[in-house]
Amino acid sequence: MLDKRLTPSAVISALRDGMTLGIGGWGPRRKPMALVREILRSPLKDLTVVAYGGPDVGMLCAAGKVRKLIYGFVSLDAIPVEPWFRRAREAGAFEARELDEGLLQWGLRAAGMRMPFLPTPVGLASDVMRLNPEFRTVRSPYDDQTLFLAMPALRLDAALIHVDRADRFGNVQTLGPDPYFDEQFARAATHCYASCEELLERLDATHSVHARYNLIERSYISGVVAAPFGAHPTSNPPTYGWDLEHLQAYAALASEADGWESYRAKYLAGAESDYLARMGGAARLTTLALPVF
Amino acid sequence: MSAAFTLAELLIVAASEVWRDNGEVLASGIGVVPRLGASLAKLTHSPELMMTDAEAFLVEEPVPLGARGDYEARFSGYMPFARVFDCVWGGRRHVMIAPIQIDRFGQTNLSAIGDPQRPKVQMLGMRGLPGNSMSHPNSMFVASHSPRMFVAGEVDVVGGVGYNPARWPVGASAAHVDLRHIVTDLCVLDFGGTEHAVRVRSLHPGVTLAQVKSATAFPLQSQATPPSTALPTAEQLAIIRRLDPHNLRAGVIKGNPPGDSTRAPSA
Repeated sequence: MLDKRLTPSAVISALRDGMTLGIGGWGPRRKPMALVREILRSPLKDLTVVAYGGPDVGMLCAAGKVRKLIYGFVSLDAIPVEPWFRRAREAGAFEARELDEGLLQWGLRAAGMRMPFLPTPVGLASDVMRLNPEFRTVRSPYDDQTLFLAMPALRLDAALIHVDRADRFGNVQTLGPDPYFDEQFARAATHCYASCEELLERLDATHSVHARYNLIERSYISGVVAAPFGAHPTSNPPTYGWDLEHLQAYAALASEADGWESYRAKYLAGAESDYLARMGGAARLTTLALPVF
Repeated sequence: MSAAFTLAELLIVAASEVWRDNGEVLASGIGVVPRLGASLAKLTHSPELMMTDAEAFLVEEPVPLGARGDYEARFSGYMPFARVFDCVWGGRRHVMIAPIQIDRFGQTNLSAIGDPQRPKVQMLGMRGLPGNSMSHPNSMFVASHSPRMFVAGEVDVVGGVGYNPARWPVGASAAHVDLRHIVTDLCVLDFGGTEHAVRVRSLHPGVTLAQVKSATAFPLQSQATPPSTALPTAEQLAIIRRLDPHNLRAGVIKGNPPGDSTRAPSA
């Protein structure tokens, strides 16, 4: 029978330099940060990253892992502009493909439907066209003859998402009130890996009543990784909020010349269990309050 | 007549006006003044508006800003980001945002200052501006009316599209581009001038037309004597104070000045 359980390092060793990597979540919300940290500890490089960006994007930029970034925004919400992303962008450290938020989703949908593009008026008359010089337009074949942007498919070699529960078959459940676009990231990807707060034997046996929280069918999930507090320092409602204290410390380091080296030495040395221990362990992490908007 | 009120409170009332007679659209106010404006609109002249709890659920009673104490939001429907996107492209929304630059065509920038390929200052990114502006009514909020905000020429990065014919390729449809009001700390502007030119709609108490023109780097159309912006009523002020129990509105305009004509003209 299927067994998709993987260690974080097994996920990372399935990735290759130069891959296109989609990351689920939204800004500082439900990011698969344990897997992102595993990438930060690895030699993986030259990534094309597709994301509604938060500290995932900021950290990958800070560590020099990003060759090209496809994004609609990169934000920590309470800190509106992600400072490490800002620093890398102003230094010209990566190729920037800035998109409208809806276009990003449209490109993922095209990939999931195995279409080369999907039409939309959005992007025309804006600098989306200037910042994405490879974009082409298409004319309606019907009587209206209207011109549209042909939003190209954003095909992902791999996608990373974080969920609340998973089982060995790859069934997943996400309890947060907003699914964001995790489903579309999974459908657009050749392989999707889900980190989870809780890894169970069979969700049908223990959480049948919560099947409605299944965002994406298991055929799209290639691997599941046990990662309690794996979204930290981003939020994972309804279980825990973002760690504003940590995000502020992380953000402050962006104005120091060797700030990333400090961050890496202080927080990323060792394994994920060391990281969680440095963050105060479950005793502190379970007390992180959900943000009020 | 109304009790003493701040400029921020006057602006919230002016912001609420953009959602009058909009029908059952999603009223999205991004930022303290726009959000309070949308909430005030729903609680006074336009109860048919739809609104979220600022996360993923629809509410019929606007939720107060900040920590809520004993207040418990009651949900009437569901509006995660995916549905917001659907509302945007379907045209059933009116958003008010606070851009970093606006030009005479109504084009807006939230992305960056400087060359888009290598910006001097990177800001948030496009966010939803291209889609919002292409799809449904849009209004804007400006906390500090200045020539750096209302730029000469075009904005550095065009996120929100506007009425610039040179930007529209042949065959593209601008049928749903619908720019409404710009509420600033000096006045209310709209796009009702010749060929959608920016026009002065009303001046706030104590503000002169010359002052507005000198704070705007492109020409403004105007009547010789524009009307005065409506002052908040006691009822509106009571609602605003209830919706903003932590007085976040006091931090919106530098110095939190009063809103009546005793306000000193700013430099």
